[in-house]
Amino acid sequence: MKKEITVTINGTPQTLEVENRLLLVHLIRENVSLTGTHIGCDTSSCGACTVLIDGKSAKSCTVLAVQADGKEITTVEGLATAEGIHPIQEGFKENHGLHCGFCTPGMMMRIKELLEKNPNPTEEEIRWGISGNLCRCTGYNNIVKAVQYASAKMRGEELPSTEPEFVS
Amino acid sequence: MIPEHFGYSAPSSISEALSLLKEHGEDAKILAGGHSLLPMMKLRFASPSHLVDINNIPGLSYIKEEDGRLKIGAMTREVDLEESDVISTRYPIFTDASKLIADPQVRNFGTVGGNIAHGDAANDHPAVMIALRAEVEIAGENGSRTVPIDDFFYGFYMTAVQQGEILTEISIPSLGERAGSAYHKAERKVGDYATAGVAVVIEVDAEGSCTKAGIGLTNVNPTPMRAARSEEVLVGSKLTSEDIEKAAEYAAADCSPSPDLRGDEEYKRHLVNVITKRMINKAIQRAS
Ligand SMILES: Cc1cc2nc3c(=O)[nH]c(=O)nc-3n(C[C@H](O)[C@H](O)[C@H](O)COP(=O)(O)OP(=O)(O)OC[C@H]3O[C@@H](n4cnc5c(N)ncnc54)[C@H](O)[C@@H]3O)c2cc1C
Ligand code: FES
Ligand code: FES
Repeated sequence: MKKEITVTINGTPQTLEVENRLLLVHLIRENVSLTGTHIGCDTSSCGACTVLIDGKSAKSCTVLAVQADGKEITTVEGLATAEGIHPIQEGFKENHGLHCGFCTPGMMMRIKELLEKNPNPTEEEIRWGISGNLCRCTGYNNIVKAVQYASAKMRGEELPSTEPEFVS
Repeated sequence: MIPEHFGYSAPSSISEALSLLKEHGEDAKILAGGHSLLPMMKLRFASPSHLVDINNIPGLSYIKEEDGRLKIGAMTREVDLEESDVISTRYPIFTDASKLIADPQVRNFGTVGGNIAHGDAANDHPAVMIALRAEVEIAGENGSRTVPIDDFFYGFYMTAVQQGEILTEISIPSLGERAGSAYHKAERKVGDYATAGVAVVIEVDAEGSCTKAGIGLTNVNPTPMRAARSEEVLVGSKLTSEDIEKAAEYAAADCSPSPDLRGDEEYKRHLVNVITKRMINKAIQRAS
């Protein structure tokens, strides 16, 4: 039981024949070999598989590939441009927003939609905004800082300090 | 985890969807947001032979006040409720609930219709709809019918939506100027199903007497439940703390929570008691 679908992935339209039961995350990782999108829990809980579907963040382990027919998908590989890395990526880099990096691609795609809807979120809004993404390493504080950095950069404001805080 | 094989169609009208459901019979299922159905299919708890995806049918997603009712299209997403001004100013109970349902990614997909049609007492919208005395519009081969929410939930994963039918709209009698509504659930962590949840709608008259009360309970009964005795105590009352206490006691006594990893029976009854009181007070506050 197969179907032909056309999806635009990071700006490139692709026509593929897929099984109806193929999950979008498998299409992305296996059929088009973009392995930046991770599979963590496979039970819609962790957010590691988050991508954008027509600009909306989605857990791609809980969407069928056939549902993406005619849609635009953006994965973490679509963040950087010829000019360089995206401000969100820069925020993570400058603020140690990742340790092992497993959650990072999903986190960044979720944050992309968050900042588009709310360019200047409060700390609480950031924490709520990433509540569907689990990180087992960072304790989230540096991820929050990464978002604040990206938010400032995208709004053309002065960048917050990236100095770590020491607790004495 | 990969679901079993299934056929798939994505019709572009309700009538086309209805004929597909008829054609594929017993084992066909509707795919709305997919955020309850696909996880179940991945775990092979559900193995429909055919999915009828209703996401491409236009005109099923809206929030509007019309003819003295608030009408919500079945395919309205949680995120639409969360971001709607009509909802946040006039029906904050939905904003309370939506914020506590799953997480932002799931709310981008999950639909209000799916949340109810799933027939799971752990979902949050059923209790909210009970408190609001909603009616559900169901389309079938022979036209459309309206089912009051009290006749909607039959049992575990069973609702009034029959094989071959589609839930199209939920409509609610508009809340008056002196009405207030609130929802809260206790959860172990963000995105978890309720340990216990309580939805409350209260309407008062100019003298502060309660003219209408609606109370629905989440995940403390085999089916979503109306706390009828609690409502009776409140209607006609001056909403004194004694009456509110009594209403909360009745809600805690009348539900039948089952012990699980979220807590034992006694703990859940205690939560129902506490949250009922808090939500009644919050609804009263919002009513004035
Ligand atoms: C990680 C996670 C956490 C969650 N947490 C919560 C939570 O805290 N609270 C909560 O309430 N929910 C929660 N959910 C469930 C989520 O809100 C679902 O989206 C919702 O229960 C079902 O809506 P859906 O549109 O995704 O329906 P689907 O999954 O598409 O469908 C569910 C069922 O309803 C049927 N159906 C759907 N639409 C119709 C229709 N219009 N007519 C007839 N039948 C229909 C389908 O055939 C299927 O049987 C969670 C889900 C996930 C993945
Ligand atoms: S892998 Fe999709 S949410 Fe965890
Ligand atoms: S950096 Fe390791 S899980 Fe987030």
